[in-house]
Amino acid sequence: MLKHWLVALAPAGVQPLFSAVISIAGVIAVFATLFALTTVAERKGLGRIQNRYGPNRVGPFGLLQPAADGLKSLTKEDLTPAAADRWVFFLAPLVLVVPAFLALSVLPMGRNMTMVDLDGGVLFFFAVGAATELSVFMAGWSSRNKYSLLGAMRAIAQMISYEVPLILSAVTAVMMAGSLSTDEIVAAQAGYTCGVPNWFVTTPWGLAGFLLFLVCAMAESNRSPFDLPEGESEIIAGYYIEYSGFKFALFFLGEYIGMFAVSGMAITLFLGGWNAPAACLDAVPSFVWFFAKLGCLIAFFIWVRGTLPRLRMDQLMNLAWKFMLPMALLNLLVAGLWRFAQPGPARWLACGAVLAGGYLTLARGLLEAGGVRGRRVYRFAE
Amino acid sequence: MTLPFLIFLTLTALVLGGALAAMMLRDLIHSALALAVSLLGLAAVYLTLQAQFAGFAQVLVYVGAVAIVIVFAILLTRGSDPAGQPVFARGWPWGAAAAVAVFGVLAAGILRSPLAGTEPPAGVEAHAAEVGKHLMAEAVLPLEVTGLILTVALIGAAVIALREKVES
Repeated sequence: MLKHWLVALAPAGVQPLFSAVISIAGVIAVFATLFALTTVAERKGLGRIQNRYGPNRVGPFGLLQPAADGLKSLTKEDLTPAAADRWVFFLAPLVLVVPAFLALSVLPMGRNMTMVDLDGGVLFFFAVGAATELSVFMAGWSSRNKYSLLGAMRAIAQMISYEVPLILSAVTAVMMAGSLSTDEIVAAQAGYTCGVPNWFVTTPWGLAGFLLFLVCAMAESNRSPFDLPEGESEIIAGYYIEYSGFKFALFFLGEYIGMFAVSGMAITLFLGGWNAPAACLDAVPSFVWFFAKLGCLIAFFIWVRGTLPRLRMDQLMNLAWKFMLPMALLNLLVAGLWRFAQPGPARWLACGAVLAGGYLTLARGLLEAGGVRGRRVYRFAE
Repeated sequence: MTLPFLIFLTLTALVLGGALAAMMLRDLIHSALALAVSLLGLAAVYLTLQAQFAGFAQVLVYVGAVAIVIVFAILLTRGSDPAGQPVFARGWPWGAAAAVAVFGVLAAGILRSPLAGTEPPAGVEAHAAEVGKHLMAEAVLPLEVTGLILTVALIGAAVIALREKVES
């Protein structure tokens, strides 16, 4: 690999340090570029969905728009509200961005391309993700702004609620692989049965787990339709309303990196990591597959954002506690069943039937209780 | 002074500093954030002791959940305005004496236990798999009881939250 060749050039004493620096620089460069490209793709894609052109002035097809945006946010005035809590206000964007990049470090982006292969990699991923909530709260509270505080409260309520099914749906993949190490989870999904890759998503519990994980990931990264914490029409921009200039850019970066990280985790846990979708395509470098899958997930996120309207707060909570959580628990049970049942089509059908039955029951319960479709009963407003 | 010792000193300073700040800061929110820093330092101490699982679980549970719940509780219950009265209550020597007494009892207990003098086996890392095996084999009854207690607490919280004031 290129990295090993470069490392060999350095003197022996500093090789471990040099190797780490190269890995870190590579990850930051790749994901920052991906962030820039995603912002353009998102604006273009949303524009297409809404029947208008996206950005098209800077560079060919507006491709240089992120450079212009970056320069703009660097040169913009950096305001701190007079009433703000200076230290907390200053620290909040950092507390968001640094853990987001840390979370990337355990993702296997290709064969032998995990920056740090930890024994508890999945646990590490969720542990650093916990800092996001703290950062959002710090930003919202320290701004001393009613809208930002409301946004922070909404964000925390949403993130706590969706973190539970997020982790529970990830547990199924950990159970099957028998390890918390991301490398071993990917290794457990290698190989093919009758031409179909052994990815976890091809099993009933894997499919259910993947869908649950994806919905929770959307909620965790505060993206539409779960963008209540920053609903423009309700609370303007939520918790980062008072941030301007480069700090705002950091929030923007942190949110997107967080989205990439959680998508990468979904790929690692359920979509076979860097494994190729067919045996004949194994010759293609493994990181191509990881980034292709990442691209598909990002496109899906953009598509959903352009398609679905924002949820209401009560709908959000009902969905989390009355549907996602029981479904994730049922999925755990089914995964256990799958583990100890005889392999074969019967196992597939039985597990699928249990999950489908659970889905129908829970979804009907949610609809009949008026959880999602019903009129909201207001207690404090008319 | 060796590097591990230096790291230990730094982390200790972080943990104790965070705890002191959590106690002495006027603003309750600042106290909660300082507590989070202290808990994070404790997680780092676990990591230096080769206990990866405990360290990450510490971050996940204490920084991710407990700190957030504390912050949430502060915001929901009363104004988060800084308190007007001085940080030290009048009876603080009594509190300090009680703290020293508790520390003394705990320290004596730890020093007298059979584990006190033993050196940790070198090069052993507490893998998640090992932790899981011990939990599910030897400690399965305490684990189940803990789970039951937590479930009861969860149901109790839900019941308390369900009781809504109906006003016409």
